[in-house]
Amino acid sequence: MLRDIFSKRRKYATITNPSSSTSTEKKEIPEGLMVKCNQCGAISYTKELEKNLKVCSSCGYHFSMNAFERIIATLDDGHFFEYDSEMISVDPLSFPDYPEKVEKDREKTGLNEAVLTGEGTIFGYPVVLGVMDSRFRMGSMGSVVGEKIYLAIEKAMAKKYPFILFSASGGARMQEGVLSLMQMAKTSAALARMSEQKGLFISIMTNPTTGGVSASFASLGDYNLAEPGALIGFAGRRIIEQTIRQELPKDFQTAEFLLQHGQLDMVVNRKEMKNVLGKILSIHSDRGDE
Amino acid sequence: MPSDLQFEKPLVELKAKIAELRKFTEEKGIDFTEEISKLEEKARNLQKEIYGSLTPWQRVQIARHPERPTTLDYIKHIFTDFLELHGDRLFGDDPAIVGGIGRLENQPVTVIGHQKGKDTKDNIARNFGMPHPEGYRKALRLMKQADKFNRPVICFINTPGAYPGIAAEERGQSEAIARNLLEMAALSVPVICVVTGEGGSGGALALGIGNRLLMMENSFYSVISPEGAAALLWKDASLAQRAAEHMKITAKDLLELGVIDGIIPEPMGGAQKDINKQCQFMKEALVNSLKELTGKSGEQLKEERYQKFVKIGEYTTFVHSS
Ligand SMILES: [Zn+2]
Repeated sequence: MLRDIFSKRRKYATITNPSSSTSTEKKEIPEGLMVKCNQCGAISYTKELEKNLKVCSSCGYHFSMNAFERIIATLDDGHFFEYDSEMISVDPLSFPDYPEKVEKDREKTGLNEAVLTGEGTIFGYPVVLGVMDSRFRMGSMGSVVGEKIYLAIEKAMAKKYPFILFSASGGARMQEGVLSLMQMAKTSAALARMSEQKGLFISIMTNPTTGGVSASFASLGDYNLAEPGALIGFAGRRIIEQTIRQELPKDFQTAEFLLQHGQLDMVVNRKEMKNVLGKILSIHSDRGDE
Repeated sequence: MPSDLQFEKPLVELKAKIAELRKFTEEKGIDFTEEISKLEEKARNLQKEIYGSLTPWQRVQIARHPERPTTLDYIKHIFTDFLELHGDRLFGDDPAIVGGIGRLENQPVTVIGHQKGKDTKDNIARNFGMPHPEGYRKALRLMKQADKFNRPVICFINTPGAYPGIAAEERGQSEAIARNLLEMAALSVPVICVVTGEGGSGGALALGIGNRLLMMENSFYSVISPEGAAALLWKDASLAQRAAEHMKITAKDLLELGVIDGIIPEPMGGAQKDINKQCQFMKEALVNSLKELTGKSGEQLKEERYQKFVKIGEYTTFVHSS
């Protein structure tokens, strides 16, 4: 029944980005040689922008990164050993159009689901890493995303590795109904267990981290970090505006807003992210109980 | 009566007609006995027809009924020696969640639940049962207290959702909910959760990590409200009824999906028709669940709760055709 449409993606040791600059799907970076910054309007060469980790060199705006780019930017030499790469969604509610939408996103992104999990090293420190990709069903969490994150946490516990997760998600996946909601419980329960075992979890919220993802694992880091300008929050802006019948300030629910309100440890520029992670991992490697 | 729902109208009208004939018989001395018994037979059948095959959307309406019993009703009818406790010790006291200590039969327990208002004024005070972070943090404080003193925890879930507002976001609505999920998973005491009305997404789940998860017959539990789903799917919130049919949100659906452990029956037509009877059903279910969990060690309770939640989900693994 299942077609072998993604055999092009195997377990790889070194990540390459299957949707590199030629992709037609990325709205924020249109096809072509040049890219215009969403924030300041500056034009830069696509290649230059990618070399700069997709941070605008004029104003510091962070373009969104896909999961492959994120792994390359984070792990030593981009070496990544993927877990559960072939887990895919089913349609438990027989929800209208859902299987077609998942199928389309699989073809579009080269991913099987909205999260990649696996392991690699950061400055030589072994870690279990999860990276969400907002291009796949808006990064929403259904059964597969929940299960893969749960299994990654279990792996981190078994190997006594730190767990690092880059969130990028609009929340729970409506098309899997209450099963999606329960993935919040599943991932949080796994983190409870990991915390009891004194395992380290670093959560990094990227644009966007909202709804059920924000209200579960993404907020449960021993360290909660975020990228500049990332949208982070529980309720959607439109829903809040409709409820309170007033317009919200422009910076509402940005990473900077959350930092100011005590909800984050740090806002970290993408170009500093790997160094910051390295420092945390280094300090934890010296904690004296292992 | 204003509290009757639209789909109950034919039955209400029929019952009014029967009452009228009775009155006629008494006042005018004309004998309508035969007509009355015929109509009563008809009413019984109609009742069975209407209430015996409620659609998901009709159940949503019953779950939201303004006279549906609230957490404080269950507390009053089922528990003894109850003392309500207030505040999260951090910011304030959120009346959208109530909690305290008391006894179920003789067993000391901690009881926590969303609280909707009984009338407009009460509803405004209680924010229609939509908590702010301090509500969830109060709930967590009481759960940790229960854990410390080895008291079982009982949670009543009935909320449209966590409140979507500026202050709620500023004070970390997401973190408050997430923290409860994590901490509830780690409790060493029996935890019993009952969805009594609306199980509105993350705001409901934040009181929902139990060893037993039960739903009342006409309650619903969903990742997004039927109105919200309709707005997203068809850009039209008025198609909520259609969304409700698609989303598998009733107690029966969730039992089949393996998410809940049991269904608590309701009097015909819904809990609001007979609160005393409903409280009997509720008490029985709570006592039975607690009995099943008594005697288990803290580790065992935690392990069972963990296994229960990590098993939820449906997926498959791609097999390469070679
Ligand atoms: Zn710029």
